Amino acid sequence: MKIVALCGAGIGTSEILRVNAVRALARLDIEADVSASDVAGVGAAAADAQVILTSPELVSAIGRTNADVVVIENYFDLDEITAKLEIAVG
Amino acid sequence: MTYQMPPLDQLPDAAIALRRPAGDWRSAVLCAAEALTASGAADPSYGERMIAMIQEYGPYIVIAPGLAMAHARPGPDVHAPGLVIVTLEEPVSFGHAYNDPVSVVIGIAATEADQHVASVAALANIFNDETVIPALAAASDTDEVRRLLAAASHPDLG
Repeated sequence: MKIVALCGAGIGTSEILRVNAVRALARLDIEADVSASDVAGVGAAAADAQVILTSPELVSAIGRTNADVVVIENYFDLDEITAKLEIAVG
Repeated sequence: MTYQMPPLDQLPDAAIALRRPAGDWRSAVLCAAEALTASGAADPSYGERMIAMIQEYGPYIVIAPGLAMAHARPGPDVHAPGLVIVTLEEPVSFGHAYNDPVSVVIGIAATEADQHVASVAALANIFNDETVIPALAAASDTDEVRRLLAAASHPDLG
């Protein structure tokens, strides 16, 4: 399974989200390839992704996708990320 | 791609700015730019580029309650990888759907497009503890900030 963590510039925030998504997936005992991308690269990065993790502001920038777009409110809240990923991949 | 930043509990004084007066989110971002400039990571123009990111994409950089992570893409105005911590005298609103108002701003500068802050896992360790943001906001000196970052960055949180 492929998961993309998305932010505006591809530095900093998307990496925080990627690191915490990996931790959440470990809790769920799910194996996945989690990468970080910026908005400009999301078309290519998420072409075969099952899930895109992002913040509410960036949803409209994603465009057409077959992936489940999962909005994360608090990038540091492992409980939130785990619960939302469990629904998205379950 | 990784690069070396000082460990967060060894951030120099120039990279920590406490209780800055900021009337709005733009001023708050410019405070982070000032600290990045003072610590030698970037030119003052980087502040305008961080503001432009928010104007273009919205306040997505407010990634947890009370915490904004200001940054822009690499550019000629970035001289070295940098990370600064700014606390605000009064919290300001960025217009975020869930996480306003902001009292702590982290400023990040990177010199290459595929660079990630090497200490990002440490950042995650620190801020996974939800008590750290208000504690940082209340810190009165730079040693206290380093102590909070050191206490929270020990990976025994799992």
